[in-house]
Amino acid sequence: MNQKFRLENGGLINRDKKLSFKFNGKTYYGYEGDTLASALIANGVHLVGRSFKYHRPRGFFGAGVDEPYAIVQLYRNNETEPNIKATEQELFEGLEAKSVNCWPSVNFDIGAINNFLKIFLPAGFYYKTFMWPKSFWYRVYEPFIRKAAGLGVASTKHDKERYEHKYEYCDLLIAGSGPSGLASAYAAAKNGARVILAEDKPRFGGSLLTSDVNIGNQSGEDWAKSIISELKEMPNVVVKNRSQVFGYYDHNMLVMSEKVSDHLPKTKKHHPKQRLWYIRAKEVLISSGSIERPIVFGNNDTPGVMLSSAAKEYLKVYGVLVGKNPLVFTNNDSGYETAIEFKKNGINPIILDSRVNPQSEIIDEAINLGIKINFSYVVVAAHGYKKVSSADIAKISDDKKQLGTIENIKCDCICVSGFWTPTIHLASQSGNKTKFKEEIDAFVPGTSKQNETTLGAANGIFTLEETLKDSFIAGQDLSKKITNKDNKISFPNVVEKKSSQHDKFWCVPLPKGKSYKRFLDFQNDVAVSDIEIALKEGYRSIEHVKRYTTLGMATDQGKTSNLNGLQLVSDIENKVVPAVGHTTFRPPYTPISIGAIVGREVGKHSKPTRKSPMHSWHEKNNAVFVDAGVWLRPRYYKQGNETLFEASKREAKNVRTNVGVCDVTTLGKIDIKGPDAAELLNRVYTNAWLKLPVGKARYGVMLREDGIVMDDGTTTRISENHYHMTTTTAQAANVLSHLEYYLQLVWPELNVNVVSTTEQWAGAAIAGPKSRKLLEKLFPKNDVSNEGLPFMGYMESDLFGVKARIFRISFSGELAYEVNVESNNGQFMWEKIIELGQEFQVQPYGTEALSTLRIEMGHVAGSELDGRTISYDTSLEGLISKKKDFIGKRSLNREAFTSSDRQKIVGVIPLDKKTSIPEGSHLVKDAQAPLPNKKLGHISASCWSVEHDNPFSLAILKDGKNMIGEKLFVMSPLKNKVIPVEIVSSHYVDPKGERVRS
Amino acid sequence: MLHIKCPYCGMRSQNEFSYGGDASVKRPELNKEISDEEWDNFVYNRKSLRGKHLELWQHLSGCRQWIKVERDTTTHEIFNTYKADEEIS
Repeated sequence: MNQKFRLENGGLINRDKKLSFKFNGKTYYGYEGDTLASALIANGVHLVGRSFKYHRPRGFFGAGVDEPYAIVQLYRNNETEPNIKATEQELFEGLEAKSVNCWPSVNFDIGAINNFLKIFLPAGFYYKTFMWPKSFWYRVYEPFIRKAAGLGVASTKHDKERYEHKYEYCDLLIAGSGPSGLASAYAAAKNGARVILAEDKPRFGGSLLTSDVNIGNQSGEDWAKSIISELKEMPNVVVKNRSQVFGYYDHNMLVMSEKVSDHLPKTKKHHPKQRLWYIRAKEVLISSGSIERPIVFGNNDTPGVMLSSAAKEYLKVYGVLVGKNPLVFTNNDSGYETAIEFKKNGINPIILDSRVNPQSEIIDEAINLGIKINFSYVVVAAHGYKKVSSADIAKISDDKKQLGTIENIKCDCICVSGFWTPTIHLASQSGNKTKFKEEIDAFVPGTSKQNETTLGAANGIFTLEETLKDSFIAGQDLSKKITNKDNKISFPNVVEKKSSQHDKFWCVPLPKGKSYKRFLDFQNDVAVSDIEIALKEGYRSIEHVKRYTTLGMATDQGKTSNLNGLQLVSDIENKVVPAVGHTTFRPPYTPISIGAIVGREVGKHSKPTRKSPMHSWHEKNNAVFVDAGVWLRPRYYKQGNETLFEASKREAKNVRTNVGVCDVTTLGKIDIKGPDAAELLNRVYTNAWLKLPVGKARYGVMLREDGIVMDDGTTTRISENHYHMTTTTAQAANVLSHLEYYLQLVWPELNVNVVSTTEQWAGAAIAGPKSRKLLEKLFPKNDVSNEGLPFMGYMESDLFGVKARIFRISFSGELAYEVNVESNNGQFMWEKIIELGQEFQVQPYGTEALSTLRIEMGHVAGSELDGRTISYDTSLEGLISKKKDFIGKRSLNREAFTSSDRQKIVGVIPLDKKTSIPEGSHLVKDAQAPLPNKKLGHISASCWSVEHDNPFSLAILKDGKNMIGEKLFVMSPLKNKVIPVEIVSSHYVDPKGERVRS
Repeated sequence: MLHIKCPYCGMRSQNEFSYGGDASVKRPELNKEISDEEWDNFVYNRKSLRGKHLELWQHLSGCRQWIKVERDTTTHEIFNTYKADEEIS
């Protein structure tokens, strides 16, 4: 294929490097420096997709971020990515892309029948049609809409690319490298300010790359080049291309997405695909330029109708003609610049200017070049299905209401200019109160809320001289405040052509008897008639009109449609545009890939992983791990072909008959020191703490101020003013913050320090009737008899030369101890326990056996202390001191907490003693009762009791105190189970607690 | 993301902090007889202020100090930050 629309020379592309690429399966060629769009246009390809709603043919409308149509599915290095703008995607060797939103092909698209049904597809069509019958929604409507909607397909494969996040601070962040960005960056950099200059395109210079101007006796393009190369050399300046500042957040934080590798066939080794920059800037200069505004006319969505600035960019940057028989339709001088470029390249354009008799240097130049110009002329409608082939044009009356005789002229593209819309997205996102500038019919930034200044075209300034002047001064002044340096810069001499006033004309009236679709929003298929319907139906607020019609939504965010939409609403409503106001600009300005947002936090890096010092031993001994918060804990140790059920039963049984050892390192540990430590504990826990002797542990329950149980655990008095608190694994961080809150804010007079020591100690629970015998082997020098180390006793010792703490506490309900050693000795401790425990048949046990042991003992854990229960509910009311005040006590006399049929923990056994009870099931009186069946309680935890060899569960049951012996039903609609059960005491094993004291 | 000046550590990003609610709430003294209404006001009732608000933040991933932040709830402007025991004029 030859590139028949490529000029012989010119443009900024590298003609020495030819690249091949595929579009919809067909091979084409382009050059290095092309975008996918410029390369396709060079090959004469204008049909790239189908529109969202009516499936009308779609071509190219812009040449960059403003493109509403040319969205493709990209294939790169065996990966696929949707939602890629062909106008932004740089060409690389082997690039493949496909059209989206068309089936079976872009040339023959079945959905295009919607185009003939368009009278049935008015604004709000989906809302109106898919309302009823309700049952159709899931089966018919939703699948249909899902298939019809969307632009492209996300890959379901794991994304192997790397995305990075970077945090950066600077004095000035400058968004956009056009004339205002370059001038302000240069001035600020010369004053020594730390500057970041960001440009979304691959090339720096913005409008200077396409306009015919002169700065300091250089062409605009050369001036931009010299400034950029000087900036790149300065150590205080970061210059970034392919980097879009897309969001302006609170406290001058901006986020920028840098496309590091998207322009390459393959990401280089050790490089990310994209990098997200979080930038905290002292000052922000917004030099984001402006986007050309379309003029609305019939069939203005036909491929070949595009912005005149885009046509000029394809010519000047890429050396590509968008057509060989162009029509330029303009209401201002910008269209002339495009026409002149065509003419200079041997093409004869025709200009239609809606103005009556404009006069300026540029118009004179066009006339002198012999370009045909029709004043007071407009395009009424474009014709041609897959590409423009002709246009209906007509003279228009001075009041712009009457059309003259319509003539049809041949053309292969229509370049439209309806003047310029400043890109105020970033300023608006920062909280800037925008104002309407009558002279340019557009909003510009008004009063700043944050440290932001908007310059140049983004601020509605369209002359180069004024832009440069403003920008040099802004760069100088803002940096001077920060660096206290004042480097004077002499303003360069500027040569530019003066423009005449634009025409406020934006929409061509429909000729009598014609019903051409006149589109406002090209991405979302919103036509003039849709807005008219919305207003007729009573929508007034622009925010409502937007949502009802989808004007300005989706990835486009109204870049080309916003102002024309507002013009129309204000015309119909007989208001002025500022009275209608604009919709909120929300970040991101352009689509950002999910990968970039997530960064490196994927897979196992999505959260930190905490491992106990004994982790590698567990791994070597076939532990199957379970996530406990961010901890990895052994769930069970698999022997042979054991299932979870079999293994946990074996492990639990061994604790009840011999001795087991469990890794309890994950328990929260807080070291508490200070003369008022006992007083703090006394206020935090519900029971009394002032008289706990040194060398003793005590179980305690702490409440929130609203009376709900927050956490439980044991605290041991290590010495006079030193305590060791344990918390549950899950609540460790919250309890520490809780203690800090009261010590720092509520009772600062208490002289106490708290610090987390969870990571400093490795813990092993040794539980079972033979645990004392094992302890004697571990600590032969110590008296660990029932008298020497009684229940709730504490001892410090050494384990074969390693400092150890021994606590006689029990979660399993057996005679049990917890041994702590410093973390780096954890593995040594564990191996010693296993080694010396062999003669007592010691076995490690995991969390599953641990649960079984505590459930059948009726010990509560997180599933009962679920943020909804009070001490009474969990049978911990015996630990409530009547004599002292503590956190949450005043809440306990609330009516609901003291009612006589208050819920309470109970045990549950299936009548058949066989059927396992699913956790989370409901307890009901009558299994046959009509719905909603009154719920009496729920199953909080279930196990297979190893002591009784039948299923056993704990439940929180209404009036549980008086329900022992009752027969109820457990219902689990999720598992489709109904199980008759008997309510028993929650203490199913050793109800008197003799074992722990033996 | 807010930028909060910790009185101990200096300017830090919001993600180092956790929010702690209204700083003007005073916990009733221990062992003091108070009405249900007073207790409810302490535990539950908060004004959802529009505008200047004195609030608690903990510098969780920093010095772990609870601090007071004077912030506008509509504009997010932070006027001042204080140590827990600092006099606020």
